[in-house]
Amino acid sequence: MILAILETAKNALSEASLETVTAARDLAQKTNDSVAALLIGKGVRALAASLRGVSAVLIADDERFESYVPEAFAKIAAAAITQKSPKIVLAPGTETGNDLMARVGARLNLGLATNCTEFFVENGALKRVTRSNWGGSLLEEVEILSSPIVLTLAPHAIAAQSANGAAPSVETLSVALSEKEFRVRVRELIPSEKKGISLTDAKVVIGGGRGMGSAEAFQMLEELAALIGNAAVGATRVATNNNWRPHSDQIGQTGAQIAPDLYIACGISGAIQHMVGCKNSKKILAINKDAEAPIFQRADYGVIGDLHQIVPALIAELKRLKGA
Amino acid sequence: MKVLVCVKRVPDTGGGFKLTADGMRVDTTNVGFAISPHEECAVEEAIRIIEKHGGSSTVLTLGPPAAQEQLREAIAKGITGAILLEAEDYESWDPAATAQAIAETVKPLGFDILLFGNESADTCNYQVGLRVAHLLDLPCVTGIKALEIQDNRAIAKREVKEGWEVYEVALPAVFTVKEGINTPRHPSLRGIMSAKKVPIEQKRVTKPSTQLVRKALKKPQEGRQLEILGQGPEAVPKIVEKLRELGAI
Repeated sequence: MILAILETAKNALSEASLETVTAARDLAQKTNDSVAALLIGKGVRALAASLRGVSAVLIADDERFESYVPEAFAKIAAAAITQKSPKIVLAPGTETGNDLMARVGARLNLGLATNCTEFFVENGALKRVTRSNWGGSLLEEVEILSSPIVLTLAPHAIAAQSANGAAPSVETLSVALSEKEFRVRVRELIPSEKKGISLTDAKVVIGGGRGMGSAEAFQMLEELAALIGNAAVGATRVATNNNWRPHSDQIGQTGAQIAPDLYIACGISGAIQHMVGCKNSKKILAINKDAEAPIFQRADYGVIGDLHQIVPALIAELKRLKGA
Repeated sequence: MKVLVCVKRVPDTGGGFKLTADGMRVDTTNVGFAISPHEECAVEEAIRIIEKHGGSSTVLTLGPPAAQEQLREAIAKGITGAILLEAEDYESWDPAATAQAIAETVKPLGFDILLFGNESADTCNYQVGLRVAHLLDLPCVTGIKALEIQDNRAIAKREVKEGWEVYEVALPAVFTVKEGINTPRHPSLRGIMSAKKVPIEQKRVTKPSTQLVRKALKKPQEGRQLEILGQGPEAVPKIVEKLRELGAI
């Protein structure tokens, strides 16, 4: 059995979870195995029957699981692994997925390879994986000696695919929980004050780097984003370290990992730590006055010139077109 | 308050990576080293906690003898003590092995707050802090961007897509920190000078059996072909055309 430990948000499976199921199915096919999914959360029972491409769904549906309860979730996931003896355990490589699986690995004394991007199967057995190093700037091939093999899947590493087939069997997993498993829990959820569309949801992201020169200059990127619509403004580490933008706007290894249809990079030299945050963009358009900037080796479209002239001209043209 | 902060010495790679001939490591010839970015913020947070609540702070690393450089950097900023778990083969230690050595060392020292980076810049394993917490049976919150100490409790905030998750845990506790929690200070000249005199507790550690074994390191394929749309504001019509073609407008 391959056990896919999935995460839910707002009564739906997250995109990263759908990717995880897809990867688990692919692995199952190559290792001639079946896939079971584990859903932990409040109200997950309703989601179980709709899952396809898995033979069984284990559920731990609990009123107390409104938000992530790290130690309780880890105890349940560890119990599922002990009971079902899967060969491979796979979870999304999100912040929560990596947190959960590290706790599971610690509990069961198992190794954990986080943010895997490739799987090498030989003679029907998983031999090695490739995982992200340096936020994805480098890839590391790793052999995992402990069993079961516990992995998390790097977000966006593979595309989620839907599956057909029969509805899975649904099994309730009951694990006794004590007060201790609730010693770490969310006391309050403060909604984001940020207005508009998030960096990870936007179809178009406009990023500003050192070449912006000031916090004020980002106003024109905001204006451009508003004209394009469904767009968000992000920044490099240089820009956030200079307090031109809040840290939550940072794209890169220590910030957000984005995957928009189009990323417009303005005054960004293209340091690897930034590029790993935007490498999953379908297309990258770079505006930079330095024709030698490394960003041009990592972009699809390039405009050489001063962004302080080009962006206002682009805004004027888009306004003219809208007015027409 | 006794605060521990664990850091990792990583190559300070700005422009790009060169790999060693055997394809197993990053070539660090002519490359400087630094404390991993999230951990730099953890160091700053440790200093701020002690400045506000009093007590002592200790920086710990598992690494080669040269990692003293990173420990002294933390001391120069205001950390009061340092422990080096010396292991020349530190690059082949997996997270479970590293956590075991750290937990064994710090267990008798009775820290109230143990800070780690959320993940190291190089291997990005996301788990040493959590594994140490498990071995010490302490509560742990990962990826925090705000930390407030009130008596024997800590309020930690974790940024998620919807906003902020607020956790409250009893001390002692482990936290893994993300960049953005603070802006790290630069060491003062006086700090740098006096850091040279602070003794570093050194202990040689032997690698326990590991579960993850590196087989190779490689560069990902980059499949983009650059098309230059033009120079200066004259390129605007071409940009607009491209935005249309991509369905952005």
